Amino acid sequence: MNVRRPLCLLFAVFAIVGLSRAQDGDGADTASAEIIAEAAPVISPLPVPSVTASDVPNDDGSAILVEWELSPSDSVGGAVVGYRIYRAFADSGVFVVIGNRSARQNSTVNGEEVEPGVDYLYRVDVLAVRTNADGSSDTLAIPSQSSVPVAAVVQWFNTDRLWALIWFVIIAAATIYFIEKAKRGGNIYVRKIGGIDAVDDAIGRATEMGRKVFFVPGIQDMNDVQTIAGIAILGRVGAVAAEYETRLEVPTSRSMVMVTARETLKESYSKAGRPDSFQEDQVYYLTDEQFAYAAAVDGRIVRERPATIFYMGAFFAESLILSETGNAAGAIQIAGTAEPTQLPFFVAACDYTLLGEELFAASAYLSREPRQLGSLKGQDFGKGIFLLAILLGVILATANLIDLSQYFRIN
Amino acid sequence: MRREVPLLITFITGVVFALSYFIPGGWLGQTERVFGDWITIVQAFAVWLGVLNLLKISLIKIQRKEHDWGYSVVIAVCLVGTIAAGMYSGFAPQFESFRDPETPFNFIFRNIFAPLGATMFAILAFYVASASYRAFRARNREATILLIASFFVMGGRVPLLDSIFMPIIDGTFFADFAGWIMSYPVTAGQRAIAIGIALGIMASSLRVILGIERSHIGGGN
Amino acid sequence: MAGHWIAVAINVVVGLTLVWVLVRTIQGRPIERRIVFVYIALAVATPLFMKLEAPLAETPEVQSIVTTIKELPPGSRILISFDYDPQSAPELQPMAEAFIKFAFKQRHKVIIMGLWPLGPDQANQAIRAALEDPSVAELAPEYGVDYVNLGFQSGNEFVIQGMGSAFKNMFPQDERGTIYDNIPILRGVTNFSNVDYVQVFSSGKPGTREWVQVAADRFGATVGGGTTAVQAPEMYPFLRSNQLIGLMGGMTGAAEFEKAVEELGKANTFLLSQMFAHATVIVFVIFGNIAYFRSRRRDASTDAPTPGGIS
Repeated sequence: MNVRRPLCLLFAVFAIVGLSRAQDGDGADTASAEIIAEAAPVISPLPVPSVTASDVPNDDGSAILVEWELSPSDSVGGAVVGYRIYRAFADSGVFVVIGNRSARQNSTVNGEEVEPGVDYLYRVDVLAVRTNADGSSDTLAIPSQSSVPVAAVVQWFNTDRLWALIWFVIIAAATIYFIEKAKRGGNIYVRKIGGIDAVDDAIGRATEMGRKVFFVPGIQDMNDVQTIAGIAILGRVGAVAAEYETRLEVPTSRSMVMVTARETLKESYSKAGRPDSFQEDQVYYLTDEQFAYAAAVDGRIVRERPATIFYMGAFFAESLILSETGNAAGAIQIAGTAEPTQLPFFVAACDYTLLGEELFAASAYLSREPRQLGSLKGQDFGKGIFLLAILLGVILATANLIDLSQYFRIN
Repeated sequence: MRREVPLLITFITGVVFALSYFIPGGWLGQTERVFGDWITIVQAFAVWLGVLNLLKISLIKIQRKEHDWGYSVVIAVCLVGTIAAGMYSGFAPQFESFRDPETPFNFIFRNIFAPLGATMFAILAFYVASASYRAFRARNREATILLIASFFVMGGRVPLLDSIFMPIIDGTFFADFAGWIMSYPVTAGQRAIAIGIALGIMASSLRVILGIERSHIGGGN
Repeated sequence: MAGHWIAVAINVVVGLTLVWVLVRTIQGRPIERRIVFVYIALAVATPLFMKLEAPLAETPEVQSIVTTIKELPPGSRILISFDYDPQSAPELQPMAEAFIKFAFKQRHKVIIMGLWPLGPDQANQAIRAALEDPSVAELAPEYGVDYVNLGFQSGNEFVIQGMGSAFKNMFPQDERGTIYDNIPILRGVTNFSNVDYVQVFSSGKPGTREWVQVAADRFGATVGGGTTAVQAPEMYPFLRSNQLIGLMGGMTGAAEFEKAVEELGKANTFLLSQMFAHATVIVFVIFGNIAYFRSRRRDASTDAPTPGGIS
């Protein structure tokens, strides 16, 4: 058995540990040591030819991009096992290690402890294994020339996102224009949304049957706009339920949603002229855990056999588990979510489904408030622009005339 | 004031988050980070709000011997028991931390919680089958196209059709075809839905930020 | 081997009973859903005892993950986010285990974290499974040097955003309480620019989508995904736009990954179950449609749409 190679590698481990300690003063980089130990030995590794440092554009002045030309010795199976990046304040010139990169990597971002306006120098050492004439090997850290001084700069506008801003301003302006138009009494046509029109009938059915109505507001927190949309619909459902004197239950999977839903329902019951009918325990928290929540809601559906169930908000794998149980319990079910993967499940198991954007349009549709309806028009205006842009882009790209997407990149 | 303060907070937070997307530096970026931290902190503390509410409701049900109060006993015992096991695991000197594999908390996690959760997820397979059997019908032309596509995707995403037709069609024709359906028609559909949803989110967010939509804070003017 | 033949025999018998289901369906008496459940249970359980090898396609989305990991030089740092919990483990754990084994065998350094509270525990299980593999055990990966588990951090996508500035801000210490700066594998790791690849295993939100939107789009990280089959279609637009370098979708993706890295494991066994389950669903969809067309023919004049249709 050839023992020379393992011994060489072992030696390399100790050597790099010692070398790192000597150079860093802050302890060895064990990871790099092991990297070096694994490399195939070659002779005379070459340093990095050049190092450049530049301010990372479009940021808050907290990062500098360091790039270097790869060492000519850096090839697959070669001696170079990595690079060690050093930084120094331009006025002191004392270099300290700020990080390592693997072989064949030629850049890093220095994003820690970078002060805007302060000049820094960077140096990149090649870490390599050298084989000696007697067959032994040792490790080397071959330093490069340092870069020219560079300082991070605070940018006040991210130009990479210019197009996002332009589209945002156009669509927001259109939305505000239509809101104002609606306020002035302009005619706003909104097509019928079957699922929302069925709300009254669905609750009426529960009243006739003397059973409960369940409202499930999804499994995300209040920072998800789908949950907000769901809660907006709950307001309307609560008002109808209060009017019909039908018991409405709202099991939630987030505490904040519970608090918000209570507040919303309290208001709905007050508006319906039945503030005393509202009880806080109509809205209750179960658990944050996705399937534990699904199990708990399923349990209540099976035991209570509600006549009507609403699913409005963000749903994931539990969507079918809930809606199939509701279906088996004989409930009329109305669902709405903007999670595209869950839509097929709701469509299969529910009587009505609000598809994606319909969920967001629902509260405006229900309220019939001109300002809210106006915002829907703004949304449609945006969609029209996108449709035209897609059509134009596809035609031009198909005809091999120009790839428009290159001008609209957003990072 | 009960309405104005939340509306003002919503407006300021919304504007800061929207602007900091375009303006990375200065106080705006710092404020965005602070708001981000607040969200994390509030979310973490809010868990207790829910847990205590669950305990309160369960205990009231047990005390009043309400309908199905036995389930509330299960909830209360499991809740208190798991918290106690977690506390013990965290503070008992023989354990490195409460994530130590030997702790009672980990025992509950691995032997009770994990199998129960996996069981719930597994139910999905059964429900997919029953829902497909009941509802996946070729009612019209569009539905028929969907049905045919689903046949190829279900049979092609797993090596089912390729195994059956192996003597006739060599290679992975059906898998490739299912891959094509996923990569092109499905992606096109997903993008269309995603654009609609993105615009819906934008319009909804504007309504919330501008205070037009206020049902989430109890509605009213 | 006896188990294999018993399982095959059971499946043949079960297959024959489907004729009874078909006859009932044609007679206009569709079976109850609990009988469908029995068929699914048998379709899932019996293949676990079978020894069949199914032909698997080589998809670019899985192959690109394998190629990327292979092309990274030994010692590269791979960040893995475990964004799922035990509920999704049956589908995601096999791919996580296969991936970690592969990463260790390629001599890469593995940094683990989770945006879901129970994700890091799943990671620990995957690590334990990987270390039980003789070829990995031989390499003796050491905690803190070859891999580290940073644990869970709450805040969803804000955590990824914070990591864009400095990992240390989001994870001041690892799961075992060791200070970030004292962990050898993390020396020199400031943010995404110091990791060579990011792999996400996710079953919901926050998950692969958030990693693409923040880590890949905002900070330029190379991100690969591993999702449940249900989530996979949602990720394809990111693949087509190259925001996501590769994707393992569900058990099929995991099985293909295992095959590509020549490490046949749980995913390939479970894939057979999935295959039989798909076949059963297809059969029942066909039966359901037969029942539908029969009822339509029988009652053509009163063809009112029934709830739960896809039309």
